[in-house]
Amino acid sequence: MYQYNEIDQQLVEQRVAQFRDQTQRFLQGTLSEDEFRPLRLMNGLYIQRHAPMLRVAIPYGLLSSTQLRKLAHIARQYDKGYGHFTTRQNIQFNWPALETVPDILAELATVQMHAIQTSGNCIRNTTSDHLAGVTPDELEDPRPYCEIIRQWSTFHPEFAYLPRKFKIAVSGTEHNDRAATQVHDIGIYLTKNKTGEIGFKVLVGGGLGRTPFIAQVIRDFLPKQDLLSYLEAILRIYNLNGRRDNIYKSRIKILVNALGIEHFRDLVEAEWNQIRDGALQLENQRIEYFRNFFTPYTYDSSAGKNKSYAQQLLEDKDFAVWAKHNTRAHKIAGYRIVYICLKAPRIAPGDITDIQMDAVADLVDQYSFGLIRTTHNQNLILADVKQSDVYNVYKALEQQNLATANIGTLNDMICCPGLDFCSLANAGSIDVAKQINETFDDLDYLYDIGELELKMSGCINACGHHHVGHIGILGVDKKGEEFYQIQLGGSAANDASLAKIIGPAVAKTEVATSIGKILNVYTEQRINGERFIDTLRRLGIEPFKNAVYS
Amino acid sequence: MGKHIIKNRQIVEDNWQHLADEESLPASGDIIINYRRWQENRGSLKNFSGRLGITIGGEVSAETIKDDLAFFQLIAIAFAEFKDGRGYSYARLLRERYGFQGELRAIGNILQDQIYYLHRCGFDSFDLDQGRDINAALKAFSDFGTYYQPAVV
Repeated sequence: MYQYNEIDQQLVEQRVAQFRDQTQRFLQGTLSEDEFRPLRLMNGLYIQRHAPMLRVAIPYGLLSSTQLRKLAHIARQYDKGYGHFTTRQNIQFNWPALETVPDILAELATVQMHAIQTSGNCIRNTTSDHLAGVTPDELEDPRPYCEIIRQWSTFHPEFAYLPRKFKIAVSGTEHNDRAATQVHDIGIYLTKNKTGEIGFKVLVGGGLGRTPFIAQVIRDFLPKQDLLSYLEAILRIYNLNGRRDNIYKSRIKILVNALGIEHFRDLVEAEWNQIRDGALQLENQRIEYFRNFFTPYTYDSSAGKNKSYAQQLLEDKDFAVWAKHNTRAHKIAGYRIVYICLKAPRIAPGDITDIQMDAVADLVDQYSFGLIRTTHNQNLILADVKQSDVYNVYKALEQQNLATANIGTLNDMICCPGLDFCSLANAGSIDVAKQINETFDDLDYLYDIGELELKMSGCINACGHHHVGHIGILGVDKKGEEFYQIQLGGSAANDASLAKIIGPAVAKTEVATSIGKILNVYTEQRINGERFIDTLRRLGIEPFKNAVYS
Repeated sequence: MGKHIIKNRQIVEDNWQHLADEESLPASGDIIINYRRWQENRGSLKNFSGRLGITIGGEVSAETIKDDLAFFQLIAIAFAEFKDGRGYSYARLLRERYGFQGELRAIGNILQDQIYYLHRCGFDSFDLDQGRDINAALKAFSDFGTYYQPAVV
């Protein structure tokens, strides 16, 4: 994991001082509401329905146990005892008081954390593959490049007042994209060119929100040393040319599609040619410096010889079911990747209490090198658990209600905070998640349905990524009543696609029933164990639509 | 007495005059004209006896005047809205690409909280709107003591 040096530490501390002063000026009335808004947003602070909401950055989803304990402390001390993990791998606190936020930031700074650029029209937290470094399918660990981008983008003086927000994701594999790379303003894949050199494939102009787009390739191969100059060129072209007259048309995706990818590419390449040999060039030594923070652990080479795991799987059926759904193969024999499920029934997806956070921190200290990962699907991961320890981890998670065996199923849904918390939302999402959870409470049925991504947003801003759900649900307001649009066929994986609306929005009480009708079509029509999304792609949406509206 | 501005991290009296559209050209002195006036009267302005400055910003980009830089001792980039970040790129381009060495001034709706970034992008003078606290703005140059990425300064 990256460790702060004096420069990093100085910057976060000076940011706390700056924000304390800004908050004081706002409370004294010398900084107006309009002026304070963008400044507080660049520190992750929203003013929400009930209270401010503070979004804390978790760069590329990596957290130490010390940091998680600090988050638990903040939840207890300044909030109502819980936090909410987001689709950008960050955490949100929904109930802090505005005047305590500088103190929270000061506490975060003591554990190398901050809320810098977690909102606002600037470069946001760079996200990545939650299995980076432990999965055999990646070309290289993407996280050193995420850290390089984090540093370059932090307090970038030229790009703090962009036309709109800007999100970057980096994936170590083109073939098993787990980072929703193609729905980012810039998506980056590690790739190999014909001569075997590893570099980057760069995509631009993806995004969700009101007008969703899949990103387009702007460069097939970018040498490693040119990463930052190329990003700077894209950002500059966007900053100069992106629309500022209409916030719904201000994202880079609109610019890319208005100009066409070829023209946009020409502009970027011309700009890049002017700066590529400049100070942003990354020397190998510098890349190695960052890679050294992410070298693999010293794994126990005899871990694979242990037989207790196989035995426990045979003896405890519940454990075997959980292990099948909530653990994955590790690239090292004898280790497992363990998912911590934050989608237990009747819990808002992504929510976690202070007590659970402390318990997870203890678990990773004991069993997983002291590190936790957050996923964009709003779960947590212990990435490096010895097979022989998996049972103990399972038992401990079970005690904390963190072991619902539903990872990858319908109930492992992505969901925004919706109308209950968010001032932008048109409709509730948490209570609909509960409705779905309660309707599909038979785990065997869920397992039979298999891999299915359900994604739900409480408004058109699409924080719940509904456009790229196999099933996407969008909350809309119809004359003061909550209705839900159903979309089918989206994907954020390497075969990324946008979901299509199947027809008129349904009433709140009808959401789970409608999903049930859609699933019936699937179970009747599927061939040879194909996934829901494959059946859907084969048949098209007509039969599903007919089932819902007949 | 002229207005006070920040120049080279000091509060100084400003002796440049912003020439409004209807004002006629004075015989001498330091004047700042807008881009339209430059377009329409560049012939006579080139012979002006005093120093010449120009205001750009918003839709009038740095590129628009890149071939005329030799005529200007000052370029003012106007921020009609403090959230419009184009001026930051204009400043870097003027300094790093087009080689402008004269005074680069931020004018209009700018907050003290932006001074540090503006300075890093190459601005060396700041003409704040009426009612802004110029002393507080002066302190903002030290908001941060270090940085991650290269810029003009």
